[in-house]
Amino acid sequence: MSDGGRNSLPAEVAAEIEALRPRYPTEEALLLPALHLMQKAAGGWLSQASIAAVAEHLGLPPSKVAGVVSFYDMFHEHPVGRHRVRLCTNLSCQLRGSDQLMDVLRAELGVGPGEVTGDGRCSWVEFECLGSCDTAPMAMIDDDYHENLTPDRLRAALKGLD
Amino acid sequence: MAFERVLTRNVGRAAARTVRGYRESGGYEALGRALKLDPGEIVEEVKRSGLRGRGGAGFPCGAKWGFVPRGTDRPKYIVCNADESEPGTFKDRLLMEHDPHQLIEGCVIAGRAVAANTTYIYIRGEYTHAARVLEEAIRDAYDQGVLGASVLGSGFRHDVYVHRGAGAYICGEETGMLESLEGKRGQPRVKPPFPAVVGAFGAPTVINNVETLCCVTHILQRGSEWFKSIGTDERNTGPKLYAISGHVERPGTYEYPIGVTFQELLDGCGGMYRGRALKAFIPGGASAPMLTAAESGIRMDFDNLAKAGSMLGSAAVIVMDETTCVVRAALRLARFFAHESCGQCTPCREGTNWMRLVLERIESGHGSEADLDLLARVVPNVGGISLCALGDAAQGPVKSLIEKFGDEIRDNLRNRRYPLPRVPFFDLGAVA
Ligand SMILES: Cc1cc2nc3c(=O)[nH]c(=O)nc-3n(C[C@H](O)[C@H](O)[C@H](O)COP(=O)(O)O)c2cc1C
Ligand code: FES
Repeated sequence: MSDGGRNSLPAEVAAEIEALRPRYPTEEALLLPALHLMQKAAGGWLSQASIAAVAEHLGLPPSKVAGVVSFYDMFHEHPVGRHRVRLCTNLSCQLRGSDQLMDVLRAELGVGPGEVTGDGRCSWVEFECLGSCDTAPMAMIDDDYHENLTPDRLRAALKGLD
Repeated sequence: MAFERVLTRNVGRAAARTVRGYRESGGYEALGRALKLDPGEIVEEVKRSGLRGRGGAGFPCGAKWGFVPRGTDRPKYIVCNADESEPGTFKDRLLMEHDPHQLIEGCVIAGRAVAANTTYIYIRGEYTHAARVLEEAIRDAYDQGVLGASVLGSGFRHDVYVHRGAGAYICGEETGMLESLEGKRGQPRVKPPFPAVVGAFGAPTVINNVETLCCVTHILQRGSEWFKSIGTDERNTGPKLYAISGHVERPGTYEYPIGVTFQELLDGCGGMYRGRALKAFIPGGASAPMLTAAESGIRMDFDNLAKAGSMLGSAAVIVMDETTCVVRAALRLARFFAHESCGQCTPCREGTNWMRLVLERIESGHGSEADLDLLARVVPNVGGISLCALGDAAQGPVKSLIEKFGDEIRDNLRNRRYPLPRVPFFDLGAVA
């Protein structure tokens, strides 16, 4: 994102942020939407350079933006896999076998929670309730919900990722 | 039990996601009616209906609207709480994904009632699909003149925007939500002032849950008398969604008149998983104290659950069978609250973590009865003394664990039974 010092937003991200501006009475309110857009464009995580670029675009102190990034679970300050698995392990999913799915993730991916596979393809984390407890156990893979998982169905979903 | 499904009548009817299809089931008639009323009359009608908030606290909806100052030209806002992060809860997602216009209609009616020209639907960041469905429905509503400069040609302006959260339970708390909407860390504010007076961007703001606003649509359509005729009594009125999960045969979102008994709910979803015995159930989301099998005749409404020492909360019903280690269940929720405490207030930040640590010690087999006593001393100090109710919420599962299962836990501790053997959910025997 950074070209050796100058922090600039990709043009399409800047344009999308500008399109949202009329919705809010303050500049600051654009921050969460801007961070979502930036993170998506930047491979799923927010580097210091990305944070600085967003800060500069919105005229906010970088420290303020970094503080917001660190507060929310969906923003990542460190590189993540090309595909991100969020396995729900909250109570309703725990009651229906999410422990066993954690074992599947460990075995299939060969890494622990929060780690990225050697080829950069995948990372996984335990996640809090994703509001899909009627189809427990479940996981969110990238932007999609995978519901009513079994060990086999989880393995198949992982195989389907490029 | 014979009753009409109201809130979920469009579930599974894909056409309802367009303005045209939604109108086929009487959609936007309520809004038309509201636009002909004096705003004060809308507030009165909602007051008369007895509608109480569906987000967790059960606050009377009409009374809340009545707190918004009248007769000022200052901007005002409606913020729809679609954060739905209370573990066990998934009813608002269903409403948004299947019937987005029912919600949009409720938002505009609320806006008309308090003279607000803008609604923000604050939706949890993980609900990408629901957010897309809403965005499309909103676009259609603008195209059809339902939203924008002159709602249904009335001259009343109303805009609706979807604002995505980014993964933080505390942003479901109404002032944490306002901070987050304004682009900040979602740390709850000091109250008073209450949002109805100083809310989003310093302006008077009404915050209502998704299901609450959907109820408003039907109150304006069919009248407060009709709404009041459903439910237990005049303090517990209207149709209600119950989100049932855990060890039952058919988990899902079920609509009933508010005040259905737990046993009826359980029968309605096919009973206990594989016919096992019921051990405990949580009636209203992770924050609601657990109840036991002996209490399964209880009416699931605000006042009856409060009387039983629990709460209706978000009406997320989590069912646990005889194979469940209740300490482990409480530990999982304690871990959640420790992770989600925003860290501003010491009793909540420290207390949630201590509850987690002590439960971990007990569950893993390293604890003693002294730990249970310690836990009992910690719990009362976690809630009631901080800026928001997250600490109080965190007390619920642990307090009920000690009250309802204390003897059993002591017995297990004395006999060194922890960790209890885990019964695997999936039978992997054939695969291994
Ligand atoms: C920690 C915490 C989390 C909450 N999460 C939610 C939530 O996810 N959805 C919701 O509607 N209300 C939630 N609430 C309740 C809101 O603060 C608020 O009472 C509610 O949105 C008001 O709407 P209602 O009166 O229509 O229920 C939460 C409260 C607390 C203390
Ligand atoms: S507990 Fe897993 S989706 Fe709710």
